[in-house]
Amino acid sequence: MTESSAITPEQVEHLASLSRIAMGEDELKSLAGDLSTILSNVARVNEVAGDDVPATSHPIALSNVLRPDVVGETLTSEQALASAPASADDKFLVPQILGEE
Amino acid sequence: MKYEEAIKKYDPVIGIEVHVELGTATKMFDAAPNTFGGGPNTNITPTSLGLPGSLPVVNEKGVEYAIKIGLALGCEIAETCRFARKNYFYPDVPKDFQTSQSDEPIAAEGEVEIELEDGTMFTIPIERAHMEEDAGKNTHIGGATGRIHGADHSLVDYNRAGVPLVEIVTHPITGTGDRAAEVASTYVRTLRDIFRALDVSEARMEQGNVRADVNVSLRESPDAPLGTRTETKNVNSFRSIERAVRYEIARQATRLEAGEKIVQETRHFHEGTGETSSGRPKSDADDYRYFPEPDLVPLVPSRDWVEELRATLPELPAQKRRRLAGVWGFSDLEMRDIVNAGLLEVIEETVDAGAKPAAARKWWTGEVARLANQKDQPTAELVTPKQVAALIGLINEGKLNDKLAKDVLTAVADGEGEPAEVMSARGLEIVEDTGALEAAVEEAIAANPDVVEKIKGGKMQAIGALMGPIMKATRGQADAGKAKDLILAKING
Repeated sequence: MTESSAITPEQVEHLASLSRIAMGEDELKSLAGDLSTILSNVARVNEVAGDDVPATSHPIALSNVLRPDVVGETLTSEQALASAPASADDKFLVPQILGEE
Repeated sequence: MKYEEAIKKYDPVIGIEVHVELGTATKMFDAAPNTFGGGPNTNITPTSLGLPGSLPVVNEKGVEYAIKIGLALGCEIAETCRFARKNYFYPDVPKDFQTSQSDEPIAAEGEVEIELEDGTMFTIPIERAHMEEDAGKNTHIGGATGRIHGADHSLVDYNRAGVPLVEIVTHPITGTGDRAAEVASTYVRTLRDIFRALDVSEARMEQGNVRADVNVSLRESPDAPLGTRTETKNVNSFRSIERAVRYEIARQATRLEAGEKIVQETRHFHEGTGETSSGRPKSDADDYRYFPEPDLVPLVPSRDWVEELRATLPELPAQKRRRLAGVWGFSDLEMRDIVNAGLLEVIEETVDAGAKPAAARKWWTGEVARLANQKDQPTAELVTPKQVAALIGLINEGKLNDKLAKDVLTAVADGEGEPAEVMSARGLEIVEDTGALEAAVEEAIAANPDVVEKIKGGKMQAIGALMGPIMKATRGQADAGKAKDLILAKING
């Protein structure tokens, strides 16, 4: 998403479809307005941050958090499937997959 | 339009994405074992499943292997890089996103030198190598063929979800001309050899450790802009890669000839027919909305670490071939024959076991290969390098001549024992008993006065006529050199 604060209903519709969320015309419009407001508020940060402040993805200056390649505890298939709506043969059962692999 | 015509008329451009599964003990972001086997959904942790509250932690070994791959491909290793979420919905992706790398891959801009079967060298430009994770496995139930079409539901096993992958992406590969298909498969083969040399993956194509996506486009001439490309997914054998490229070149050319446009799409390769079929068009679905993975902090591989890893890089297959060719004094053609026959390793081991390179090459590519062919067995597995070296040793000691050595080799291949044992057991050793040889020589001289006259008259090649009876008398075990010396000594003495 750009820093431009104008979000169109079409953009919301695109995102909704990518997110598999069905939305009506009204919802698209009102959400476009809400998102525009949120973005313009966030955009104010840009006004404060000068060129000397690089963009960051993480608030804490931390890097290289690594773990050794050692096997740890695992789940049993019973545990893994405990919350699954449906299962068969120790596998998660999902509805028909539409579209291509 | 046939491939042969298509390739004359159009300039193909290919691009290849290779995924390799790393042979770490655990997954990329959690401590679940990275192994095959075991029941479904047992090699998993809450993180493998993306359960609420679970957090990923990067596997140090996975990063190490990725850096090694990057270095082996001649890439720059990033001073700093990040993981990113690639968002899409598919049941084999439990988190609804794949943890990958987007605009900050760990390795970028390298090249791989490949050698085609006839010795033509080609340089493949590498755009990037990045770290990511594998998906789980879907099984489609209810369809006739286990395919997605016609299935009424699917079963998912997440054992493979989170297995470390490195994806290697080429720049567009141009200038291949009519060798596009061969270049594609040789490139993937070369990568496979590199992964094995680095010991970062078992790299078995048939197990899916190495998978290739092949992009193909055509243009009117090398000066024209790139044409629209198709991406044929998951082509998983060297032969299939070649067939897929050939098929796509012919198919696209046929369309272009008919004035039709190429649709940018993913395609599927069918082993049975060698054809590709339309998958889905590139569309909104490819809007993956990458963003930096908030649960993983940036990765900053220290230059010390990178240099440390660089120092541990083994000799890569291409370097090794070049070095051995120099040390052994083999011609390019000899070297290529050895490599193509899969005999480089065994010859190297035979030389290490004390044999001269030329003799090792002669026996492996000659008699051993002939016997293996006869028995329909792989040459490199018929006998051991040590056995061949021992055989060559016996020849050098004068205990065997080439003919006897062939008999010994056959017996060794039949499992009768080591060369020296077989030689003794079968009494094949060259007769050292000068008495027996002398007797045979005298007999031959006495029986062939006309030949002796010729030799006396200076016709040295006539000696050959005496060798037959001498060999016969000694059951083939006479040393030809010694016999000749004796003949001359007796005639002239």
